[in-house]
Amino acid sequence: MKVSIINYGAGNIQSVKFALERMGAQAILTNNVDEITQADRVIFPGVGEASSAMDKLRDTGLDKLIPNLQQPVLGICLGMQLMCNSSEEGNARGLSIFDVDVVRFSNKVKVPQIGWNQITDLSGSLLKDIEEGEYMYLVHSYYAPLCKDTIASSTYDVKYSTALNRDNFYGVQFHPEKSSVMGQKILNNFLKLT
Amino acid sequence: MLTKRIIPCLDIKNGRTVKGVNFVGLRDAGDPIALAKLYAENGADELVFLDISATEERRKTLTDLVIGVAQNVNIPFTVGGGISSVEDVDTLLQCGADKVSVNSSAVKNPDLINQLSAKFGSQCVVVAIDAKQIDGQWKVHLVGGKVPTELDLFDWAKEVEQRGAGEILFTSMDHDGTKDGFANQALARLSEELNIAVIASGGAGKADHFVDAFKKGKADAALAASVFHFKEIEIIALKELLKSQGIPVRLK
Repeated sequence: MKVSIINYGAGNIQSVKFALERMGAQAILTNNVDEITQADRVIFPGVGEASSAMDKLRDTGLDKLIPNLQQPVLGICLGMQLMCNSSEEGNARGLSIFDVDVVRFSNKVKVPQIGWNQITDLSGSLLKDIEEGEYMYLVHSYYAPLCKDTIASSTYDVKYSTALNRDNFYGVQFHPEKSSVMGQKILNNFLKLT
Repeated sequence: MLTKRIIPCLDIKNGRTVKGVNFVGLRDAGDPIALAKLYAENGADELVFLDISATEERRKTLTDLVIGVAQNVNIPFTVGGGISSVEDVDTLLQCGADKVSVNSSAVKNPDLINQLSAKFGSQCVVVAIDAKQIDGQWKVHLVGGKVPTELDLFDWAKEVEQRGAGEILFTSMDHDGTKDGFANQALARLSEELNIAVIASGGAGKADHFVDAFKKGKADAALAASVFHFKEIEIIALKELLKSQGIPVRLK
C-alpha cells in the first residue's frame, strides 16, 4: 500500500505520515504529479488559511489534478474544506468536489473550536465500526454545513458536516492522526476501502 | 458536545523530563516520549512540553524530541519555552508539533503573534501569560514569573486575542505550586471577556480543583504537572468525577 500525502507547504503534515507509519503503511510527502497519480491512496492534509492554500494549489497545478484522481482521496481539516465549493475564509474558491460552501462559526461560540467533540449520524465504510458519539480532535474556525455528501456530523454553534463523501473522495474536519486509537481506526478504514 | 480538556505538562531540560515522576512500569522516568505515550493511553486530551534548557544545543535536542513525540504519540501536543521567531515555529511545526506557545517573546515583540497567526493560523498559536496580583491588580510577569511588567493581565489577554492568538494559557503565579486550587475569579473574567479558549494553570492540588476551574473559572481546559506526574490524581478517575459533576469530558 503506497500512500502519497500531498505536500503543498501547509503546516504540520508530518503527523499524518507518522500516523500511517505506525500502522505499517508506506507514506511519502510529495507534490509530484506522478507520485500522486500512481499512489494507492492520496491524503490531502492542510492547516492554515484557505485562500493562500488555494493559491499554492493553483501555482503547482494541483487544483486541476486533485478532482480528477481515481483512487480513494482523503482530505483532512483544511484539506476537506478546500474540496468544497468555496470558503468564506479569504473568499477562496474551492475544488468543488463536495457541493457545499464553507462558512465561519458565529461569535456566539469561542472561535476556533479547539478540542475533542463527538461525531454522530455516522454512515459509510470510512466510519465502519466507529461508535456513534465517538470523540475526535478538532481545531477549526470554519465549517461545512450539512449537505447531501455528509457522512458524519458534529455540533458546535450549529450541527455541521464533520465528514463528507462523494464517490472516491472523502473529507474529515477532525484530525484522525491526532484522535487517539479511534482516529487511527478511521485511517485504517481509509486504507482498507475497496 | 465539545469537551473540557485535561492537559499534563512536561518540563523538559536537554531532552529529558525534569520533575521527578512516579510512574509504575516506566523503565526510564526521564524519558519524555515514554511518559507522553503513557499519558496519551491514560486519558490525557493533549500534552504540553515546556523546554527549560539553556544550552546551545537546545534547538537540536528540542527538534529531536518533537520528532520523537510526533512519531509515537497520537494526541495533540504543544511545545513552548524560549520560542522567539517565525523560523523557530516553522521548524517545530515541520517536525510535527501541533501548536507552539510563546510567552516573554510575545510581550517583548507583540507583533510576533500577528506574524505567527498570519503564517501558520491562529489554531497553532498559544500565548502563555504568567501573572500575579500586585495591590489587587493582576500584572503580567516574565521569566517564569520573576520579572514584573506594567501590563495588566486582562488588557494583555485582549490584545493577544486581537493579534491572532488561538488560545491563552493563563498561569497564576499566586497559585502555582500552592496546590490550593486555580485562580478561578481571574479565569472566569478572562473566559467571559475573550472569545478564544482559556487554559487554566497553576494551583492544582486535588480533583475538586479541576471541577472548580471548569464550573467557577469557566476554563476550557486545565493544565497541571506534579499532581499527574506523582500520581496524586489519575486522569481517568478525574474525568469520571468531572463527568459526575455534569462537566463534558472525553471518557473511553
